[in-house]
Amino acid sequence: MIPAAFEYARATSVAEAASLLQQHGEDAKVLAGGQSLIPVMRLRLAQPSALIDINPISELRYVVADGDRLRIGALTRHVEIHSHPLIQQNLPLLAAVALEVGDNQVRNLGTIGGVIAHADSAGDYPTLALMLDAEIVTNKRRHQARDFFQDLFTTPLEADELVCEVSFPISPGAHKYIKFRRRRFDWAIVGVAAQQTAQGWRVGLTNVGPTPMRAFAVENALASGASFAEAAESAADGLNPSSDIRATPDYKRHLARVLTRRALEQAEA
Amino acid sequence: MESRMKHRVKVSINGKEREDEVEARLLLVHYLRDVAGLTGTHIGCDTSQCGACTVLRDGEAIKSCTMFAVQADGRQIKTIEGMAESDGTLHPIQQAFWEEHGLQCGYCTPGFIMAASYLLEHNPDPSDDEIRIGLEGNLCRCTGYVNIINSVRTAARIMRGEVPAGAES
Repeated sequence: MIPAAFEYARATSVAEAASLLQQHGEDAKVLAGGQSLIPVMRLRLAQPSALIDINPISELRYVVADGDRLRIGALTRHVEIHSHPLIQQNLPLLAAVALEVGDNQVRNLGTIGGVIAHADSAGDYPTLALMLDAEIVTNKRRHQARDFFQDLFTTPLEADELVCEVSFPISPGAHKYIKFRRRRFDWAIVGVAAQQTAQGWRVGLTNVGPTPMRAFAVENALASGASFAEAAESAADGLNPSSDIRATPDYKRHLARVLTRRALEQAEA
Repeated sequence: MESRMKHRVKVSINGKEREDEVEARLLLVHYLRDVAGLTGTHIGCDTSQCGACTVLRDGEAIKSCTMFAVQADGRQIKTIEGMAESDGTLHPIQQAFWEEHGLQCGYCTPGFIMAASYLLEHNPDPSDDEIRIGLEGNLCRCTGYVNIINSVRTAARIMRGEVPAGAES
């Protein structure tokens, strides 16, 4: 399978990428790790007129602990996120989740900025970004994660806007991510993340709707003193997951409840 | 019109430099097979799942069906053809796949060997679980994986100098 023809340009700075995106118009796409984009181009589900390759932009590769925030450059790859000492210390949930993304070959190329901009609700990082109140920093503005994931594959990013950084609050407390799938390299059928913070538990859900979801009912129940098992019963409240080849909506709701209980019970610092 | 523009790429493949003009949409695996003539890298699923097309880019395992040839510009690529010595002596991983019957039809084998090479470079003494996780991006439809795991374990022992290459284990 061969992708449709496209124009190709390399950017070596954020400013150059923005100007190339402006020049090529709204049918241009940003090429980061390419591990979601290239497969859909091969199937011709995506036929961008141009690809702006941002991989040469070294200013987008960094991990910085900055006060109470952990700032991660958009081109930081999964393999680096998993093994980076600053992430392991300050946001161990993210370091653990990075090993659950794809396989070694995918993790050697895929980037956090690419996953966030792609905004697939089956992606793992968007769930963490949403539940932890991450900020998505672009060349134009700062987005709150809760305003960023608008719908499946839909974000407020403008045609010449580039994700530059994902900034998380430092969260070293007890945590667990359970990604339920049949084979290790598959997408989650349902995923549940639990993180204990200074403000209480945060619980996020993967692949149970068009966007990542935060389980507010579970968080509130825990804050009111409910046990893990009691609180987890609310995990599917208000969810309307779609049916897909792997699971029915009822099964996904069931998984949301069971996996939430397990994630809370298994959470460790 | 402009989208058919060719781009110059300079790539070192198995230690040999080459330069070509390629269309941007040419996938690295097609570049390796059709332009460079190195057909040891296989196309299995064409959907980024099976890992048959795994090669090393600057020492890191990647799926060459999920990268454009233009992205290999200035990089070092290693394929299965670069594993054995020039006199034909097999690489320890190849030797181990031979000894442990780590293949049946062999179609997936180049990808498994390149993925195993990346794994052993980072973890010279992996547990069976670590081998399974390290090879999660590669599919084999013949062996049931048991002999592949055995092969990688044996390769690791040869590479650590615990078993001489060629000795039956």
